[in-house]
Amino acid sequence: MIVRVVLPAHLRALAKLAGDLHVEVEGAVTQRTVLDAIESRYPMLLGTMRDRATARRRPFIRFFACERDLSHESPDTPLPDAVATGAEPLLVVGAIAGG
Amino acid sequence: MSGVRVLVGTRKGAFVLSSDERRDRWDISGPHFAGWEIYHMKGSPANPDRIYASQTSGWFGQVMQRSDDGGKTWTTVGNQFAYDGVPGTHQWYDGTPHPWEFARVWHLEPSLSDPDTIYAGVEDAALFKSTDGGQTWSELSGLRTHSTGSTWQPGAGGMCLHTIVLDKNDPQRMYVAISAAGAFRTDDGGTTWKPINRGLKSEFIPDPDAEVGHCVHRIAMHPSRPNVLYMQKHWDVMRTDDAGDNWHEISGNLPTDFGFVVDVHAHEPETIYVVPIKSDSEHFPLDGKLQVYRSRTGGNEWEALTNGLPQRDCYVNVLRDAMAVDSLESCGLYFGTTGGQVYASADGGDSWKAIVHDLPAVLSVEVQTLA
Repeated sequence: MIVRVVLPAHLRALAKLAGDLHVEVEGAVTQRTVLDAIESRYPMLLGTMRDRATARRRPFIRFFACERDLSHESPDTPLPDAVATGAEPLLVVGAIAGG
Repeated sequence: MSGVRVLVGTRKGAFVLSSDERRDRWDISGPHFAGWEIYHMKGSPANPDRIYASQTSGWFGQVMQRSDDGGKTWTTVGNQFAYDGVPGTHQWYDGTPHPWEFARVWHLEPSLSDPDTIYAGVEDAALFKSTDGGQTWSELSGLRTHSTGSTWQPGAGGMCLHTIVLDKNDPQRMYVAISAAGAFRTDDGGTTWKPINRGLKSEFIPDPDAEVGHCVHRIAMHPSRPNVLYMQKHWDVMRTDDAGDNWHEISGNLPTDFGFVVDVHAHEPETIYVVPIKSDSEHFPLDGKLQVYRSRTGGNEWEALTNGLPQRDCYVNVLRDAMAVDSLESCGLYFGTTGGQVYASADGGDSWKAIVHDLPAVLSVEVQTLA
């Protein structure tokens, strides 16, 4: 499956990406497998979305898709079909705060 | 032609300021890593083209950068800072136990002889070492696991290891400082550590002259006299002549002895500099006058250096890693402010000029003297 991912501007810059990210995911499409695929292809993003040791989502990172907040879903819960098919993107969002 | 390269870390990116030895015309490059906090950048003394940078964000965590061409291009390197074993707890602000948690890299100290070896001081306080150019990091855990570790507590900025001083005469000896635990020394390359805080007095801890618990802000050494260290503590400017075994106060006639930075002239080991800050509750210069103070006597007798510095309505701070000296024949000094100015003096502090006025808040300033 080719999954489309929209990263925050800072992470796009870090990975030297101009636009959305398309990653190939084998098997079930979940937060974990999508992040595994992203980090494998862009190792400079290791640790920026989830903790390197525990694999837990960083506190100020949110995952949205299909107008839903998936941040608190299990990382192994399948993402919506529309994300798995590439029809809708997985949005990786930095929590809104000033500064 | 010789020159200098000033490495400036700010709240919103990194800047590299370059000049020839006259230090009157500057080329400004940046922002590098725009939008990220750059706590510290430092070049390898063994290879000035090798520069390391700590790039960090409350959102995205810690990223480490390395340049091999003097800061023109950068490559991400390893960012896994895993404490050895089960890290346990230290004191929280209210005195309760709090788990040790990695937050960011505050300070980078490249080896004096090997460009691939570098030390990193982190929050929560620990010391890490890389011997492969920053690709992998391992903790020198004898420091954090010192018997006093569970009593260490954070300063206002977090429980950070912010100062690392290497001794070029003895590769086994190293000093670190932690807010708010104090100063520590190793004589065996980082395996074991001892607190070196005798003579410090801190009124904000139950026992003012306790073995640990002191909020040391910065330590500086002149390489020709490695047993002499100067310290800017939370309050008090201090000096030791025996490698930290005993400290005595040298605040002398300073108008206030609170501050963050302390540094030593490149060619005069008894000439030292501080930037007095009004108090721990008012982090700005006294009376709105930004003044560097210089002692040519190793402390106690201080003179205000004001030529070229704002002497009214100035309410910036100068943070602990934001002063550096070059080693050109006429020693140059540099410091950055939370107002985004980087001031330079090419004459040992007698006169100052802003290289830049309007950067983001400056977190750190280092300088490389280029042949």
